[in-house]
Amino acid sequence: MKLSIYRYDPDKDEKPYMQDYEVALDAADRMLLDALVKAKAQDDSLSFRRSCREGVCGSDAININGKNGLACVTKVAELPGHVTLRPLPGLPVIRDLIVDMTQFFKQYHSIKPYVINTDPPPERERLQSPQERDELNGLYECILCACCSTACPSFWWNPDKFVGPAGLLQAYRFIADTRDQATAERLDNLEDPYRLFRCHSIMNCVDACPKNLNPTRAIGKIKEIMVRRAV
Amino acid sequence: MQIRRFDAIVVGAGGSGMRAALELARSNLKVAVLSKVFPTRSHTVAAQGGIAAPLANSTEDNWHWHMYDTVKGADYLGDQDAIEYMCRRAVEVVVELEHMGMPFDRIENGKIYQRPFGGHTQSYGSPKMAMRACAAADRTGHAMLHTLYQQNVRANTQFFVEWMALDVILDPQDGACVGVVALEMETGEISILQAKATLLATGGAGRIYWATTNAFINTGDGLGMVARAGLPLEDMEFWQFHPTGVAGAGILITEGVRGEGGYLLNKSGERFMERYAPNNKDLASRDVVSRAMTTEIKEGRGCGPHGDYLELKLSHLPPEDIIKRLPGIREIAIKFANADPIRDHIPVVPTVHYQMGGIPTNYMGQVVVPEGASKEAIVPGLYAAGECACVSVHGANRLGTNSLLDLLVFGKSSGEQVIKDMRGQPAPHRTLPKGAGDATRVRLARLDSASSGERVVDVLNDLRRTMQAHCGVFRFPDDLVSGVKKVTEIAERASRIFIADKSKVFNTARVEALELENLVETAMATIISAEARKESRGAQARADFPERDDKGWMKHTLWYKEGNRLDYKPVHQKPLSVETMEPKVRTY
Repeated sequence: MKLSIYRYDPDKDEKPYMQDYEVALDAADRMLLDALVKAKAQDDSLSFRRSCREGVCGSDAININGKNGLACVTKVAELPGHVTLRPLPGLPVIRDLIVDMTQFFKQYHSIKPYVINTDPPPERERLQSPQERDELNGLYECILCACCSTACPSFWWNPDKFVGPAGLLQAYRFIADTRDQATAERLDNLEDPYRLFRCHSIMNCVDACPKNLNPTRAIGKIKEIMVRRAV
Repeated sequence: MQIRRFDAIVVGAGGSGMRAALELARSNLKVAVLSKVFPTRSHTVAAQGGIAAPLANSTEDNWHWHMYDTVKGADYLGDQDAIEYMCRRAVEVVVELEHMGMPFDRIENGKIYQRPFGGHTQSYGSPKMAMRACAAADRTGHAMLHTLYQQNVRANTQFFVEWMALDVILDPQDGACVGVVALEMETGEISILQAKATLLATGGAGRIYWATTNAFINTGDGLGMVARAGLPLEDMEFWQFHPTGVAGAGILITEGVRGEGGYLLNKSGERFMERYAPNNKDLASRDVVSRAMTTEIKEGRGCGPHGDYLELKLSHLPPEDIIKRLPGIREIAIKFANADPIRDHIPVVPTVHYQMGGIPTNYMGQVVVPEGASKEAIVPGLYAAGECACVSVHGANRLGTNSLLDLLVFGKSSGEQVIKDMRGQPAPHRTLPKGAGDATRVRLARLDSASSGERVVDVLNDLRRTMQAHCGVFRFPDDLVSGVKKVTEIAERASRIFIADKSKVFNTARVEALELENLVETAMATIISAEARKESRGAQARADFPERDDKGWMKHTLWYKEGNRLDYKPVHQKPLSVETMEPKVRTY
């Protein structure tokens, strides 16, 4: 398998370049991450993040032949023989495939990603019906890999002002939680020309999400609640 | 070297580190949390099936039964005071987690959904299983880790993300821990983080084995740091092989599958666990199931063209239950085994999963070591919690879902203890001992200057293959003896590793080299301790000593790096308030 990989080490490179690796895969090498690990065994300076290798920690999001995805759950059998790997688009590159995710997490933090409930905590669990709990499905599973936000043109243009699909998916996760009492505050927090409304339903996020989540739908629901509140 | 000062530092931002950080956030202390990955990348994220707490939402339950199961599951090597402590705080910490926003599944009356899990029974080991595992589908660890991170965001916890701790600094005067030396990965800079309290929450080291459910980052960094500082590691021979790792890939398939009604089959389609554990069958303890599976494979009843795996069947469950309760493992099985569990069986093998041993602590997270007449003298300023610690609640074999509980209970208790110990302490930090950080600097300088030597990847692969072959589910005397020799040789090679990458910026080659050193300490502790323990107990099953020997071996192993010296200390058989649970023949 041939990998063309974006390389840049600010310590020694004036500008980025692409480097080719030829890796011999064996039967146990199912995923693109296995190929990357083999490439790193040839050249230990090749830099990328990885951890769980099963698609749940969100470390190894990269741009694979133009599409964002997780290397660890991308099957080599489903890729062409020549694969081009670049860092996630739109974020500053620290080195090679490693990007600076500060802006991404800042937006996530900006939606107050925690249940707000000012009632004194009961002795036992707060009750929630199975149907109410089901409302959180498709939302809480987000792994913060940033595949969606860095595939979103609106996030590319305004990463400082637009929350982006990942953050908005979580904004809705807390609005949808019956235990949360801060819906009004959460809506206020999103009501400006950029934070929510820069989403133009391009739906790149849905296409990019390795967990099959649908940020566009969640964003639509927030907009709906906002409209309902206005009338 | 830059020096930064804090009241307390937490090393690691998985479940226990972030639970401790939350406790510390409620004090006025200046706290730093270091993590070599962004907090939600920590390996707690991969836990699936649930967290144990006797909420009794669906079956009758209480902490006494939970305690009994844990003592028995541990094959009587667990400290009963610590086990009682954990089981009695289980409801409290799980309810707190729910209040924090944890998206637990629910039952009709709105309470938390609980499922059965291996070894968790009603009425002191009866065939009736207790529904004790509180679950968020099969993504409980993910939901818990994110919830804890979110609460830390709310609490304004100061994280040092992608900072790797390299060594603890002990004051030679009184042995107190005064902080750590740490590497900022993005810049390559080394700093001293000085603190009056240092809590290690660095997780496990399953990467010492070839086939493991563990993430790349599980390299035993805290264990390496403690071993290099001259402190012992406890019960390192006890490694849990999870019965159901995806064959060939190592990815975990939760025991919750069997909790929901799935079972194991051999090549004749026989539900073989009925022979090995007539009462609890597929929900016997993990060590019991893993041994049964290994025996089936060894005796020619394995599945597939090479007869080297068994099959996990859940296709008899209603598809909607699989989709609702086990969506994550369905995704994994489809991706990693080309098997959709709605119709196909999943090929599985026992796979290294969890380290029962670790840094010796008491149930308040204080690190305790032999000193003078005491076997458990407190090391001032040093704490450990989570998988890197040996409290010991898991003894020789951990029950499923007790690990997440361990993270919450001992994350919390160690945070509370740090706050308590900080009270009445003089405000200024003590002067750093002379030469603080020098040993780390020498190690790094050697790595930076070496232009030839052993490749990290080669040494690592040899280490993992050796541990896999010499220290597995069943352990044989010749393998153990030759394993000690081989790991010793590998350790020697590891002292000559070199890296070609000399960049300062996010040098992952350097990180992997430093991780290898920690893995080598962990592997050495494991194989030396395993070779020395001449009995079978829990996860240590010796072919030459097939029986448990309570007279000779009901004691904790302590391994020291210096000269590979071993020491032993008694098991705490006396609980806090109830009668001792006497060792019995362990059957399921």
